[in-house]
Amino acid sequence: MVGITSFGAYVPRLRLQRKAIVEAHVWADPGLAGKARGERSMCNWDEDSVTMGVEAARACLNSREAAPGGIYFASTSAPFADRQNAGIVAGALGLPEDIASVDITASQKAGTGALLQAVGAVSGGLYEEALVVASDKRRTKAASPGELAYGDGAAAMTIGSTNTLVDFVAAHSATVDFIDHFRGSGEDFDYSWEERWIRDEGLAKIVPPVIARALEKAGLQASDVQHFVMASTIGRAVEGIARHSGISGDAVRDNLAGVMGEAGTAQPLIMLLHALETSVRPGDNILLVSFGQGCDALVLRATERLADFASACGVVNTLANRQEETNYQKFLAFNNLITLEKGMRAEKDDFKTALTVTYRKRDMLTGLIGGKCTQCGTLQFPRADICVNPQCRAQDTQEPHPFREEKASVLTWSADYLTYTADPPSHYGMITFANGGRFMTDFTDVNVGDIDVGMDVRMVFRIKSIDSLRGFVRYFWKAVVVRPD
Amino acid sequence: MASGIKDKVAILGMGCSRFGERWDCGGEELMVEAFTEAIADAGVDVSEIDAAWFSTHFEDINVGKGGLPLSISLRLPNIAVTRVENFCASGSEAFRGAVYAVASGACDIALAVGVEKLKDTGYGGLPAGGGGTLNPQWAANGSAPGNFAQLASAYRAKHGVDRDDLKRAIGHISVKSHANGAKNPKAHLRKEITEEQVLNAPMIAEPLGLFDCCGVSDGAAAAIVTTPEIAKRLGKSNIVSVKALQLALSNGSEAGHNSWDGSYFHTTRIAAGKAYKEAGIDKPRDQVSMFECHDCFSITELVTMEDLQLSPEGGAIKDVMDGFYDADGQIPCQIDGGLKCFGHPIGASGIRMLYEMYLQLQGRAGERQLSNPSIGMTHNLGGSPMSNVAAVCIIGAYD
Repeated sequence: MVGITSFGAYVPRLRLQRKAIVEAHVWADPGLAGKARGERSMCNWDEDSVTMGVEAARACLNSREAAPGGIYFASTSAPFADRQNAGIVAGALGLPEDIASVDITASQKAGTGALLQAVGAVSGGLYEEALVVASDKRRTKAASPGELAYGDGAAAMTIGSTNTLVDFVAAHSATVDFIDHFRGSGEDFDYSWEERWIRDEGLAKIVPPVIARALEKAGLQASDVQHFVMASTIGRAVEGIARHSGISGDAVRDNLAGVMGEAGTAQPLIMLLHALETSVRPGDNILLVSFGQGCDALVLRATERLADFASACGVVNTLANRQEETNYQKFLAFNNLITLEKGMRAEKDDFKTALTVTYRKRDMLTGLIGGKCTQCGTLQFPRADICVNPQCRAQDTQEPHPFREEKASVLTWSADYLTYTADPPSHYGMITFANGGRFMTDFTDVNVGDIDVGMDVRMVFRIKSIDSLRGFVRYFWKAVVVRPD
Repeated sequence: MASGIKDKVAILGMGCSRFGERWDCGGEELMVEAFTEAIADAGVDVSEIDAAWFSTHFEDINVGKGGLPLSISLRLPNIAVTRVENFCASGSEAFRGAVYAVASGACDIALAVGVEKLKDTGYGGLPAGGGGTLNPQWAANGSAPGNFAQLASAYRAKHGVDRDDLKRAIGHISVKSHANGAKNPKAHLRKEITEEQVLNAPMIAEPLGLFDCCGVSDGAAAAIVTTPEIAKRLGKSNIVSVKALQLALSNGSEAGHNSWDGSYFHTTRIAAGKAYKEAGIDKPRDQVSMFECHDCFSITELVTMEDLQLSPEGGAIKDVMDGFYDADGQIPCQIDGGLKCFGHPIGASGIRMLYEMYLQLQGRAGERQLSNPSIGMTHNLGGSPMSNVAAVCIIGAYD
């Protein structure tokens, strides 16, 4: 059977307290007072759907050798409208270049759409295995319902035909141009219609027939569904669909609204993975549904292998790695929602990127691939023609060596209040890799007082800087302190 | 085996502009100010200068590229002018060019001028650096204070130094330099400061506070060099000659190979070792009378005292706190106020340091004059601790 063979998830460490959002806006909208509950995940300034997708996929692939034949990247908030976002993710994962890549977008059901495409491709023999990554960081207007309801996050899974954790059983879809919300090309924000209409005329009428048909294809009754996974920001809407479809209320799975909010196209997949980690038992039937100008319904069944599987980082782990953020202004600043005085030093980021160099050095910049001298064995970053070891200096001896997963620790550091960063002070320093190699790097996800010499760090793929004049995002790798569990 | 530069070249004249926020003038006028003093000191005519070396670092906020800005500003007689740029050691590089030209016999008299106009940026601190097409795509988001502050973390870890003890020692370095600079009419910052002020100043880059950072200033300095024989022929007495002139550059090993511990300057140690050898100095702590250190930041000065073999490794804090480098100590350091009080107009600083050593050796340093110095040293450093250009120059009385 074709199905899910591995998975990983990523939710940004920062969790903005909804109370902080509500306190900022309740003067204008007293109705918000009742919504000051829980927290929403919030990207650091240097995170976006690509970087989150990379982290989720790293956890999914977990340093294994074999590469998927294709990568599907689902998002409606990808940084590039015309540049293969899936290709950036693939490069950061160090995947070989002879794979297929597709971005799937423009609907909230793009996540399940990507999953269906991958299942179809593997079932049809196009690839032995496909990687599905769904990730979203949707920008919202200040004081909009989305600001409270949304969160940022990503999920990744591999689809294969052997050693499956969850088997694909059946699916059915509908395509209906029901415009619950839209975002025109080049627009920053969604425009949404009334929730009651969406619930009663959209969800309630479009989804149940698709569920019924999918269950019919799977040869199941609604009562056979142990886990109903569907995201919606409309209160009780999913429970209503379950009831209408004959699915037990107990089967409705946690939408994680209280702990992270809704992460767009990634949310159905994040919820699915969360269910796999917390409540699904081998043999259970899962109904995965998403809604967006139509509907996808997938019927899945857990295999015996699920019981023994532990993700390198699943939803439970990534949700546990959290830091409460109570400063709503920081959220506005990170999301470019206020006109902030950044100082003249910020102007330096608006330089033209030499795309020839970005391409020539793509394995270094995107894949964090350095060199290993075949003569003396010294690891080094970046890779160079002549070995950096003063005792060696051998020429043309270096083979590519990835540093992404190498153990590293802090040699020197400072917290710099002078240089421009969106999150001052700028922490950076020299890190040394235990097996050899070092470089000066930015630290991220760091608070004042977090860092000291000798601390262990791991590398993460993040936004290096943004050329706002040309709309170009530059990515590189940074170090984060490894925090004890 | 090369015979070295010792005593082959004499300083004929030097000049230094007033350093500071020179809203009144640009780089062109600063060059004229320094040169006017130097040529008068040298007692020669501009037509006798055979060639010139010209140092600047920044291009877009300063006087532009090439040798033309110097040639045009000074109306030089259509001689060769070479612009050199080697980060913050650019001034020493210009001096080296002029000195080597004389030593080679190709020139009788050569000129070195360094200038930087930093205060046309619109903000405080050094301008953010550029650095080619690849570096900005991966290099850490650093500033000069943040890069040099890295030394403190590694120095503390290596020598087991408490943060507050280190903070007090580097604080004393700044207090000492301000005390010296207060007596120097050409310095930018001319107020004495207290240890308390240093310790309570706003943080710039942990652990460096405002007073741990040198000023940001405009300025120019000039040197005219010739052979000792020509200097004598021109009637000069009390001649100061070049004893050593060494540069050492990083080759990427500190930045990329795990052999360096981050707490010192690999290049300074090499340049100093070669310079002492060239100058015939075997006990620097006993033989060096005074020195100007590249105190871009107080922590730089602290570790450099060890790299120059003046303090034992791990012993700089004790020497500093004992007053060893104070004006009345055994080896006065930054007797003119240093970068701390002059600021660091990049292209000018290396020559500005030599200017003070030259004045001191000639007994012309006024209120700051030390008693009978015989050997003066300058240490001029560009880049960051992990990747830099270190210049060490020793000058002294020509016997």
